[in-house]
Amino acid sequence: MKSLYNFAFFDEGSKREIRRSILKAIAIPGYQVPFASREMPIARGWGTGGLQLTLSLIGKDDVLKVIDQGADESVNAVSIKKLVGNTTGVAITEKTEEATLIQSRHRIPERPLQEEQILVLQVPIPEPLRFVEPREEVTRVLHAEAEYSGAYLILFEQIMRYGRVSTGADHPVTVHDRYVMAPSPIPRFDNPKMDHSDALILLGAGREKKIYAVPPYTRVVSLDFDDHPFQIEDVSGHSCRLCGATGVYFDELADETSGETVYQCNDTSYCLDRMNRTGRTEGAS
Amino acid sequence: MNTTDPVVLRVDRLQKRYGDGCARCRGPNPDVLEKNYCPHCGTVYALQEVSFDLHQGEVLGIVGESGSGKSTILNCLYFDIEPTSGAAFLLPHKNGRESIFAGSGQTRRSIRNNLLGKVYQNPIMGLKMKFSSVANIAEKMIAAGNRHVGRMEDRARTLLEHVTIPRFRMNEAPEHFSGGMQQRVQIAKALSNNPPILLLDEVTTGLDLSVQARVLDLVKQIQRELGISMLLVSHDLGVVRMLADRTVVMLNGQVVERGLTDQVLEDPQHPYTQELVYSLL
Repeated sequence: MKSLYNFAFFDEGSKREIRRSILKAIAIPGYQVPFASREMPIARGWGTGGLQLTLSLIGKDDVLKVIDQGADESVNAVSIKKLVGNTTGVAITEKTEEATLIQSRHRIPERPLQEEQILVLQVPIPEPLRFVEPREEVTRVLHAEAEYSGAYLILFEQIMRYGRVSTGADHPVTVHDRYVMAPSPIPRFDNPKMDHSDALILLGAGREKKIYAVPPYTRVVSLDFDDHPFQIEDVSGHSCRLCGATGVYFDELADETSGETVYQCNDTSYCLDRMNRTGRTEGAS
Repeated sequence: MNTTDPVVLRVDRLQKRYGDGCARCRGPNPDVLEKNYCPHCGTVYALQEVSFDLHQGEVLGIVGESGSGKSTILNCLYFDIEPTSGAAFLLPHKNGRESIFAGSGQTRRSIRNNLLGKVYQNPIMGLKMKFSSVANIAEKMIAAGNRHVGRMEDRARTLLEHVTIPRFRMNEAPEHFSGGMQQRVQIAKALSNNPPILLLDEVTTGLDLSVQARVLDLVKQIQRELGISMLLVSHDLGVVRMLADRTVVMLNGQVVERGLTDQVLEDPQHPYTQELVYSLL
C-alpha cells in the first residue's frame, strides 16, 4: 500500500519516545508516566491517548480491533480503525480472539484475553486522586508516599450519601500492592478482569499526557472497606434479548413498542459470535 | 500540670527563615534586624531559635502580636511548612529520641495522622468543605489506616455529638455550617484518633461570644477528660488565662517571656508583655 504518511502516521522518533514511556510504565505497574502527547488528527478527549499507544506499537503483522463502549461499529471506533488502517494497512477485525492489539474505550471484552494480546484503554482522567486534590504537584507527592486516603474518602462519602459505593465506572484499583490507579471508565464489572490478566493492559491519556500499565499476571485489587467489600454490578436475572447470554455486562434499553426494559450484550462482537454459533437471528428470542 | 509529668513535646531551637540571609544577619544574636527583618538582604526571620517543653496533660499558651511567629510554630510542627533548622521531639515517636523533622514524608504523615490533631484558625484549611462532616472526621481515621466504615461512622457521630453538632446535620457538608459549627467539626476531626497532642491555632478568633464560650468549654472539657496536651496559640489573653497552665510570650519570632500563666499576666516582666497585658480592655 502506498501512503503519503509514514507507517502508522507518526514519525519514528515519536514512536520511540512513546514506546520508551510504555516500557517505563510496564516496569512500574500502575505508575503514571508522563509523555509528550502529540497533536492528533482527532480531537483530544476522543481517544488520542489510546491511539498514540496503538500507533506506536502496531506492526505490519498486527491485527487490530477497536471498541467504543463495547461496540465495534460506533463512530469513534470506526474513525480510529480507518485512521490506523489507512496509515498502516494492517488487518482489522471485530473478533476478539483474532486481534493482537485491541484499543478500547471503557470496556474490557467479554471473551477472556490471551497472553499474546495487548489491550489499550483510552483514559480521560488518569489521576484517581484528582477529585480530592486538584494540584498535580501535590498528587505526585501523595503517590510517592503511597498516601491514598483521598481515594478511600471518595468511596466513604458515597457510602454516607447513598448507603453504598456508587462509582458507575472508573472504580479505583491498587496495582501490584503499590500504586492506586484509575482503571479508565470501565464498569466495575470489568475490574476483576484486570487482576492477573493474561494480556498486557496499557492505558493512555492524551489530554493529560500520561501513560500507565498493568503488566500480565499482576495483582489488581479494587479499593473497598472491610464492611463494604467491592462488588461488581449485579447482572443476575437478566439475559441478552438477542443471544440469550447471561452473566455478561448488559446495555439497558427501552423497547420502543412495548416500553418494557430489555437487556442486550454490551459487547457487540461477543453477542454476534454467539448468535452465529447458535444460529439465532436478530429479533428471535 | 506538674513539672514531674513527662515532657511529651520538646521543641529545640526551631528556626524558620524566609530568604537566604546575609553575613550581617546570619550570625548568633544579630542586632541588625529590624523586628524580624534584615534590611540588608530582605530576609525575614519568622522564628529565631524558639525552644520550649510541653508536659503531659498540660496546656501551653502561646501569645504575641500578629506576625510574631505563633502560627509558624504550629505549622512547622504539623508539617505544613518546613522549618529551616531546629528539632522537635515527640515522646510517642521513637520515645522522643529522634526529631520528627528527620523522618521521611511517610513517617511525617504517620506522625501527623496518629499523634497530632490540629485546629486551624480558618476552617477551610482543616476541612474538606464539600464532603460531609462525618466523612471529614473519617478522613483522618482512613489516613491512619482504618478501613471499617461502620466503626468510623460510629466514632465520627460520637465525636460530633460531643461537640454538639445536631444529629440531623451530621451528614451535611461544613460549607453549609456557621463558623462556630465549622470550628467544632474541626475539633472533632482533630480528636478522631485520640492524639496525645492537640495544636490549636486561634480556635475562637472570629466567633461570637456565646459560641466562643462553648468552644472554650469544649476544649477545657476535652483536656480534663482525655488528658490531652495542647499548644494553644491565641492573641486573646482572656482565652489564654482561662485555658493555659503556662504561657510563652512571643515577639518578632523569639520567646521574650515564659512562665505560669497567672505569673505572666499578673506580673509581666518584659516591656512588650507589659504593653500587651495593659492594653487588655
